[in-house]
Amino acid sequence: MNQSISAAEELAALTAHDASCRLAEGTVSSVQLTQLMLDRIAASQNNAFITVNPKALEEAAAADARRQKGEARGPLDGIPMALKDNISTQGLRTTCASRMLAEFVPPYSATVARRLSEAGCVLLGKLNMDEFAMGSTSENSYFGPVRNPRDPQRIAGGSSGGSAAAVAENLAYFTLGSDTGGSVRQPAAMCGVMGMKPTYGRISRYGVVAFASSLDQIGPITKDAQDCALVLNAIAGKDLYDGSSLVNPLPDYLDALKDGAAGLRIGIPKEYMGEGISEEVRMAVERMAGLLEAQGAIVETCSLPRTEYALSAYYVISSAEACSNLGRYDGVKYGYRTQAYANLAEMIEKTRSEGFGDEVKRRILLGTYTLSAGYFDAYYKRAQQARTLIMEDFRKVFHQYDVLLTPTSPVTAWTLGQKHANPLEIYAMDVCTVSVNVAGLPALSLPCGTDSQGLPIGAQFIANTLGEAVLLRAAAAAEKGGRA
Amino acid sequence: MDEFKTVIGLEVHAELDTKSKIYCGCTTEFGGEENTHVCPICSGMPGVLPMLNRKVVEYCVKAGLALNCAINPYSRQDRKHYFYPDLPKAFQTSQFDQPLCLNGYVDIVAGGQPKRIGITRIHIEEDAGKLIHGADQTRVDYNRCGVPLIEIVTEPDFENSAQVHAFLEALREILLYTEVSNCKMEEGSLRCDVNLSIHREGEPFGTRTEMKNLNSFSAAAAAVEYEAQRQRRVVLGGGKISQDTLRWDDEAGYNYVMRSKEDADEYFYFPEPDIMPMVLSEGYIERIRKTLPELPAKRRERYVQVMGLPMYDAQLLTVSKFISDFFDCTVAAGAQPKAVSNFIMGDITRLLNERGLAPEKVPIQPDAMAELLDLISKGVISNSMGSKVIEIMFEETKSPADIVRERGMAQVSDAGAIRGMCEQVIAENPKIVADYKGGKVKAITALVGQVMKMSRGKANPAMVNQLLEELLK
Repeated sequence: MNQSISAAEELAALTAHDASCRLAEGTVSSVQLTQLMLDRIAASQNNAFITVNPKALEEAAAADARRQKGEARGPLDGIPMALKDNISTQGLRTTCASRMLAEFVPPYSATVARRLSEAGCVLLGKLNMDEFAMGSTSENSYFGPVRNPRDPQRIAGGSSGGSAAAVAENLAYFTLGSDTGGSVRQPAAMCGVMGMKPTYGRISRYGVVAFASSLDQIGPITKDAQDCALVLNAIAGKDLYDGSSLVNPLPDYLDALKDGAAGLRIGIPKEYMGEGISEEVRMAVERMAGLLEAQGAIVETCSLPRTEYALSAYYVISSAEACSNLGRYDGVKYGYRTQAYANLAEMIEKTRSEGFGDEVKRRILLGTYTLSAGYFDAYYKRAQQARTLIMEDFRKVFHQYDVLLTPTSPVTAWTLGQKHANPLEIYAMDVCTVSVNVAGLPALSLPCGTDSQGLPIGAQFIANTLGEAVLLRAAAAAEKGGRA
Repeated sequence: MDEFKTVIGLEVHAELDTKSKIYCGCTTEFGGEENTHVCPICSGMPGVLPMLNRKVVEYCVKAGLALNCAINPYSRQDRKHYFYPDLPKAFQTSQFDQPLCLNGYVDIVAGGQPKRIGITRIHIEEDAGKLIHGADQTRVDYNRCGVPLIEIVTEPDFENSAQVHAFLEALREILLYTEVSNCKMEEGSLRCDVNLSIHREGEPFGTRTEMKNLNSFSAAAAAVEYEAQRQRRVVLGGGKISQDTLRWDDEAGYNYVMRSKEDADEYFYFPEPDIMPMVLSEGYIERIRKTLPELPAKRRERYVQVMGLPMYDAQLLTVSKFISDFFDCTVAAGAQPKAVSNFIMGDITRLLNERGLAPEKVPIQPDAMAELLDLISKGVISNSMGSKVIEIMFEETKSPADIVRERGMAQVSDAGAIRGMCEQVIAENPKIVADYKGGKVKAITALVGQVMKMSRGKANPAMVNQLLEELLK
């Protein structure tokens, strides 16, 4: 990338807010930006997209027309973006990267899709992922694995691998992913971009194909903190269609960016920096802590003693909810149905055997087992008790700290296929991210350097409930520190 | 009656009479073309979320209070899982260990004996769709999917079919009076499952069987009779009762095994993560309690003990809440209870039946009814003229006084006019007069009839009688 960067490359590499300025100045049109992205998507070899929106240019032209009439809707009007393929889009197929829904065209749009459309965004298409968002590598896709733009032999992370790879490769100005146990933050870390998982309930889940209802949350993947704030401004807030969405008032998230690190109390939980964390990752996170300290932040070591329960609690709860949520794919109403069957039971059985991939089946079996009579108390109930303890841990440390700083993933992106033989080894890689979902807290992953192979390392900030603003404040300060 | 005791418990499902479904805005209206009362939410599309209809909670609490239940201040919903095409999400959102209502009862009278039936719990849940079986394919209609239900579970307090029948009647009446359910059995708004076992005195309860979806009270009673006898035959024949789920065939009058214990129910219950727990304040519960109407049993007691009506009248008046309210309002407007009751049981019921109208369609206001009864008691019109006035009131919205005036229906009590008519009748009917004078005292009624006919019903019958007697002396 040392050669002179062409004008098109430069345009593609813009942040959403810079692209927004160009649109406002009139030096570029939404149609131009959209065409540029579509060309790049067509040329890309990384399999980030499952479906390209045939109406993208039409939407872009409409945005340009609005702007010409002086009716531009706001900072995101005309900005081309893309959505993870578990976010329902009316009239555009939403596959969840599964054979089960490979041809499914929803008759309605998710609230987030609708809100972005109302903000004027251009939908480029739908992004590849682990089937039904189950996985940490984006290899579990009916449409083939996503490749990491930084090194195509490596995973992009998951489950929102397509969402992170698309931003990293400048195929979209921002994307949305979903995060059940780290699925926005971990691929963002592995692809070297920013990903936020907001507080549970801050963003409506309506229309997002459910994996684990009490853990799922939509999150933006962007090139910087300002873009993250812009997208959050557009999609956060109460939705009558989601009973778990929060009514708390919304700040202007852009305000948080200016506050700087001075006086920010940062805790580094020691449980996140010990065994299993690669030396290079640990050092990179410590380096970032140092940069923030230099800007006036107060950095201390703290402890979240129940962290060790998080991974087990997460896999019990998420699998139980998944087995329930995925029962509806039975071949009766929509989606895949097996070709030949003698009766109803066989139709359902064969449809599910053929329609789901291995990882999804593994989770369904796990969930079915833990919810079975006689096992419920030993697994689901205890996992919920562990959940309460983990929340208590966090509540305590947030009396002392504004944010916590941890690695996002214990390691950088591994090579495709490397860990196929042992799913448990992959599950263990979620250790830094799952506690946040279990506790319903907001967290953000941002780039913090690269390892010796040049692979991106991600650092994670975790804040208390509804602390999205302080996450953005910390991230903006860290970005500034990195540039300085 | 024999060495066995029968133990019966019921699970009753009542569809709530809310306008919209339990988790979406679709109508709950019965019927409609297949799959027209559906949306992405009630048809279980990927990614949809439920929005709990507050009315459903309110109606369930109302039913619970009317059935003397304690209301759970903290309650939540759970998912009950099973695969069937009429259940689009593959789980029914229901309540498991934290139902809205607990520990109630209903007092009934069966075979002349009072009996208290315990209510274990009442919870809210959603109805499923319907399969339509064709020759070569089966279709699914999701119109009923998501229609709110309450499930009322009783204690195993019943001993016989008469008690089951009396309980279902009492329950139906209460649900109708509280306006929680329309209880239309023909539309499946009220359905009943029966659990039944037998045991010998002093021995523990026997193995129970469950009979599903009995959709009339007589079917429930017949199924209870049949199953109690069947179990006796099996046990006396040395056999064992197996824990089966049975389907009652009402036409054939017997039941058959639907499901046996080998595939015992496993529903993988777990708390519904998409619906926040329901936390009900005391104030909320009390506000609902204040909306409870006086229940039919209480009304009957009042009609008999305070108003002095026969139990027969009290029964008929409380068959419908509307009629009972109409009765109470008419009495409150100053009418004599028995007079009102007579008119309701007589003319009003007849006119409704002739016109094929439901009781709520009585086109007369209680005030007008009271005014009419006042005209009768003051002698302005006769009782039989009153019947004619009511008939007119069914067609025209006029006050009874206006009707009487406009049509000249007022009773003639002018002695001169009546005497003239009496003299004429006596002159024209020498044969009857001779009979009367010859000792046939009853013959006078024929003469009274003639006078009434001549006066077109307006003559005061008491005066006619008196004058004829005078003239024939």
